[in-house]
Amino acid sequence: MKRRFFAKNIGLATMSSILGAKIVQGNFMPEGYTPLGLQDQDPFSLFDKNKEMVVLNDKPWNIEAKAHLLDDAITPNKNMFIRNNGKLPVNIDADSWKITFNGESVVQEKSFSLNDLKKQFKQYTYQLTLECGGNGRAEFNPPAKGNQWTVGAVHCAKWTGVRLKDVLQAVGIKDDAVYIGYHAADVHLSGNPEKEPISRGVPIAKALQDETLLAFKMNGEDIPLAHGFPLRLVCGGWPASTSGKWLTEISVRNIVHDGAKMTGTAYRVPCKPVAPGAKVKDEDMCIIESMPVKSLITYPKTGAMLKKEQSLTIRGHAWAGELEVAKMEYSIDFGATWKLCKLNKPSNRLAWQHFSAMVDFPETGYYEVWAKATDTNGVSQPMLLPGWNPKGYLNNACHRIAVKIG
Amino acid sequence: MEQPNKFKESAALIRKLSVTLFVFFIAIAGILVYLMVDPSLSAFSSKPETTLTVLETNEIKDDFDAIEDGIHLRTGFIADDGLMTVVNNCTNCHSAKLVTQNRMTKEGWSATIKWMQETQNLWDLGDNEVIILNYLAKNYAPEQKGRRENLTNIEWYTLN
Repeated sequence: MKRRFFAKNIGLATMSSILGAKIVQGNFMPEGYTPLGLQDQDPFSLFDKNKEMVVLNDKPWNIEAKAHLLDDAITPNKNMFIRNNGKLPVNIDADSWKITFNGESVVQEKSFSLNDLKKQFKQYTYQLTLECGGNGRAEFNPPAKGNQWTVGAVHCAKWTGVRLKDVLQAVGIKDDAVYIGYHAADVHLSGNPEKEPISRGVPIAKALQDETLLAFKMNGEDIPLAHGFPLRLVCGGWPASTSGKWLTEISVRNIVHDGAKMTGTAYRVPCKPVAPGAKVKDEDMCIIESMPVKSLITYPKTGAMLKKEQSLTIRGHAWAGELEVAKMEYSIDFGATWKLCKLNKPSNRLAWQHFSAMVDFPETGYYEVWAKATDTNGVSQPMLLPGWNPKGYLNNACHRIAVKIG
Repeated sequence: MEQPNKFKESAALIRKLSVTLFVFFIAIAGILVYLMVDPSLSAFSSKPETTLTVLETNEIKDDFDAIEDGIHLRTGFIADDGLMTVVNNCTNCHSAKLVTQNRMTKEGWSATIKWMQETQNLWDLGDNEVIILNYLAKNYAPEQKGRRENLTNIEWYTLN
């Protein structure tokens, strides 16, 4: 099954509407040909995304959702954020796709085709929360460099694949294995084939979890191109950058994986707390592992105006990295008092949990509804920005929406 | 002698007929081919096509680096001294959006350029580096946001 990126995803009518003119003799246009005007592509039709999604960056593609777009229990593709570090791979052939297991700590190098994986190993489906390590970066002060994500770089889709641990067992790993690192088919922005846009990974313990998948389906269908077709590593609860897309290799390492964006300051925070704006040496930066406890009010959309004495039902999701969310609260008086929300159990470990509450307002006027989750270790979301860090990661400050009564 | 004459006449008639048919066919084919090339029959419309083409070309040329309300439309950059140097050096590998969504001090922008040179194949900017740094530090400087900002740009709507 060969995927022609443009030809498959953009119909002639779409091309015409993007170009704002009729494409004369469109019937004679060769398959796979992209008219020059489409070099400024419309990402919404290209990736089948909701028009309300926000494009932060178009080279490489970085697109985020808004809170109210994430209302579904299982996030559909159209509302899933895209975070790319390089250029999308082109002309992917799933039939001849191979994944190779190598590195210092494999007993012997071994490759599998997609069909091998599907036939030789048992398949599992889990709903897994993937949040970008930099979600919420836009709020840090002083500002941190990078894509200025607000709240929408998180999703919880259903992934189907084989357990990485089952495949690693078939390959055979040595006792000195400490980390796995992925390699993929995307292309560095500079076009240099020697450079990888991103090659991250996780410690062996995370790699061997039941929920860590080599996934080939998302929400029951082939994974969309922007989300890693035809094969993606999925490590729920950890920075989404550990869930490598377009997988071609897994290296089993006897050291902490040192691929692109594993070293220096990338996806790292100061090992010890620092003052806002502090300079931190590379050796004092530690790799982010589990993501912190967080929640999002997905209904109603911020800006709702209600009549006096009209109750409001709020709902949303909460998640806590490797942990579960134990308690969910809301406040309409800026944290002076908190009330409990109804909180569901996750559909499986590492899936987000749904919450809801009926909110009554005592008086007419301007309100903010703030939401606060607490994890099973008793750790809650802060109302203010959490500890400043040079790259602006891990902002799990409480989410809030504005409401007017009367 | 009558028979051969009659034969000649018939032959001439057939030849004439076939030539007419051939010309007619060519004409139809010509019209069809023309319709494929120009389905809206624009060549027969009252506006002279040449003028239209010239107008369009001019528009595209003028639009390419158009500036509106102090913004370079094509990239979204703020129009100021050094704009085109920034456009030419900073949008080859990545989007202008990666620049315009960020806020840094001159020191921060300088460190970012150095990082791109060390790890991302950015070329030596030479004399342009000063121009670029001055432009970025002036137009994309950090603002004090405090520890949590007010909610802004709220689109109010009635919820029943």
